[in-house]
Amino acid sequence: MCSARTDESDSSGAGGGMDVAATTSADERARAQRRVRWELLLGLIRKDLKIKYQGSALGFVWSLINPLVLLAVYTFVFQIVLRAGIPKFGFFLLAALLPWTFLSGSVTFATDSVVGNAGLVRKVPFPLSVLPMTAVGFNLTHFGLQMLVLLAVMLITGFTSFLGAQVLLAIPAIAVAIILTVGLSYLVAGLNVRYRDTKHLVEIVLMAGFWACPIVYSVSQISDKGPFVRWPWLVDVYYLNPMAGVSVSMQRALYGAGHTYGSPPTPVLPDPGYLFYVEKLAVGAIPSLLILVLGLYVYHRMSADFAEEL
Amino acid sequence: MSDYAIRATDVSKVFVNHLERATSFKERVIRRRALTQDFYALRDISLEIERGSTVGLIGANGAGKSTLLKVLAGILRPSQGTVETRGRIASLLELGAGFNGELTGRENVYLNASLLGMSRRETDRVFDSIVNFAELEEFIDNPVKHYSSGMYVRLGFAVAVHVDPDVLLVDEVLAVGDEHFARKCLDKIAEFQDDGRTILFVSHGLDLVEQICSRGVVLDHGRMVYDGDPYFAAGELRKILGTDVPVEIEAEETEATDEGISLGPIVFADGNGRTESTFHAGDPMTIQVPAVISAKWRAAVEWVRAVVMGVGDIPIWEMIAKRTDLPSDESDWLLTFMVPSCPPIRGRFVLGVSLMSASDQPIAAIRSRQAFEVRAEPGVGILHVDYQVSAEPSAGAPAISAASTSGGTDTHAAASSKVGR
Repeated sequence: MCSARTDESDSSGAGGGMDVAATTSADERARAQRRVRWELLLGLIRKDLKIKYQGSALGFVWSLINPLVLLAVYTFVFQIVLRAGIPKFGFFLLAALLPWTFLSGSVTFATDSVVGNAGLVRKVPFPLSVLPMTAVGFNLTHFGLQMLVLLAVMLITGFTSFLGAQVLLAIPAIAVAIILTVGLSYLVAGLNVRYRDTKHLVEIVLMAGFWACPIVYSVSQISDKGPFVRWPWLVDVYYLNPMAGVSVSMQRALYGAGHTYGSPPTPVLPDPGYLFYVEKLAVGAIPSLLILVLGLYVYHRMSADFAEEL
Repeated sequence: MSDYAIRATDVSKVFVNHLERATSFKERVIRRRALTQDFYALRDISLEIERGSTVGLIGANGAGKSTLLKVLAGILRPSQGTVETRGRIASLLELGAGFNGELTGRENVYLNASLLGMSRRETDRVFDSIVNFAELEEFIDNPVKHYSSGMYVRLGFAVAVHVDPDVLLVDEVLAVGDEHFARKCLDKIAEFQDDGRTILFVSHGLDLVEQICSRGVVLDHGRMVYDGDPYFAAGELRKILGTDVPVEIEAEETEATDEGISLGPIVFADGNGRTESTFHAGDPMTIQVPAVISAKWRAAVEWVRAVVMGVGDIPIWEMIAKRTDLPSDESDWLLTFMVPSCPPIRGRFVLGVSLMSASDQPIAAIRSRQAFEVRAEPGVGILHVDYQVSAEPSAGAPAISAASTSGGTDTHAAASSKVGR
């Protein structure tokens, strides 16, 4: 994602002033100004990455150290201090935590994506819809790298159960996470321009959202308890949160279904097969798509006045 | 008609001044109806800019120039009306807009060009040219936060003109650079003009507008008050600003329609009565000013003053009609001023006509909408003067010699005056 195309000043364009005009028509060039182009998106993501790691010696490595430390800390707390019982808790946790971090990071970042680029929005005409995408792309870059680190650690430590068909489940899971993330990002980016307390609302919702997903606990630890037993339909409501489906699917894909906990051994994951997870992802995809449509609509509606509101 | 680069139709821009704007959900819910106060930054602007023209947009501070540029650039949405543009627009609305201080000049060039719609490949091709133009070869890999404001604007301008725009919108930014760079910018603008690109620029440098624009648009309090010759646009603005050369006549409106008095339109004609706007020195010129004056006012009008004015409304000559020249009973007048021979003065002029009272106060005034031009022998300066010149070895030559070359006409090379280009 973060290609190493750093700027070499190639091409002998010194004298080449205005020869571009010949190659593209005025209409095409006008369209290039209004559409979100990959190059523009990547350029902005690269800018954010560059600014984030400006002046730090280790730069990108910090983002990779982050999940490693999480792995160590959570393993220590949950396995040694709390004796939570889920074996290989660190891997269980990170399988679902990384996509969640992707979502929460993107949404948090997106909240400020328009406001933070006020200078651009007010002074330069460019396709505004690129801004929330930049936030998502930035975090997707980190997500990708952190996943690689996780997989590497899993391989190194001999936790190789993910090798096989089950890992394919990660693809639809990440797809749903991306759809939801993009939708939410557009929504909050647009709203925050006019209603600055969107930011605070986002913080709270994300915090609650984190605990509403089976990330630090497993679904099987709650589905046989309290309200879920009395009102079994609550389980369906639970999975309306797309990230719940994403979490269990990522766990199924990376952590695997073979683990148990407790004295009468209970499986950590709710279902040993695949269909269950595909179904939960499908259920989550519906609200995700609705949020995407809503987010794009709200953003589009509000973006015409961004320059004025900022 | 169809070959426009920018077309704005009845564009108004209202800024809602939220006295108590809902900036939180709470307020939004509690106070359904916010207290607002509308401010018209632009009112009913209709403007069609032909492809290939250079238009100067001038006005006092707060007249709405920058708002109009932003609306045309698509940054602000017009509250009413529509804006259509054709081709790629590059805008330079503020110095270094879109630059990020943390990034190097090089990175900013690529990012900025990308925002303006250039592909990376296209940028590669013009990169050296940009750096060259901005004269930042040494500093291009330094973060732009360390740039001086001159360097900033140089780089910004260089990028904007190299993204191959069809339309260039420039807000008052050229003033920042030094003279050398300003010269370069003007050369680039001239090059753009030759290429047939469209330029719209805001400037407070009225001389510059007169010099390089083919058209001047004056905004005042959000309204377009003048659209036409840049020369007179500048004059119009100077009047608004009150910086015009004090002229006795109070020609505030183009058409005076006080109750009971209507004046104009002023017509310029040649010796045969044909409408004409260009005269040569020595040509006869006829100026007609129709007037309708009610009985109430007729008695008050003691005399009429017509003043031919040049740049900045500087009076050139005056023509007066006395009470005895004026009809006493009729309400419809047609004042005719006949100039049997235009003076040898080059330039473009407007006419101001005032009806004056016995106490020499203007009662009503009008200013010609169209300018007329007087052509004399080509040369520098506004006035053609006959003179003689001689040149011979100074040794032994008498200080004043009777024998000298007669001349005066063709001695000047065609150093064309910039005025009224």
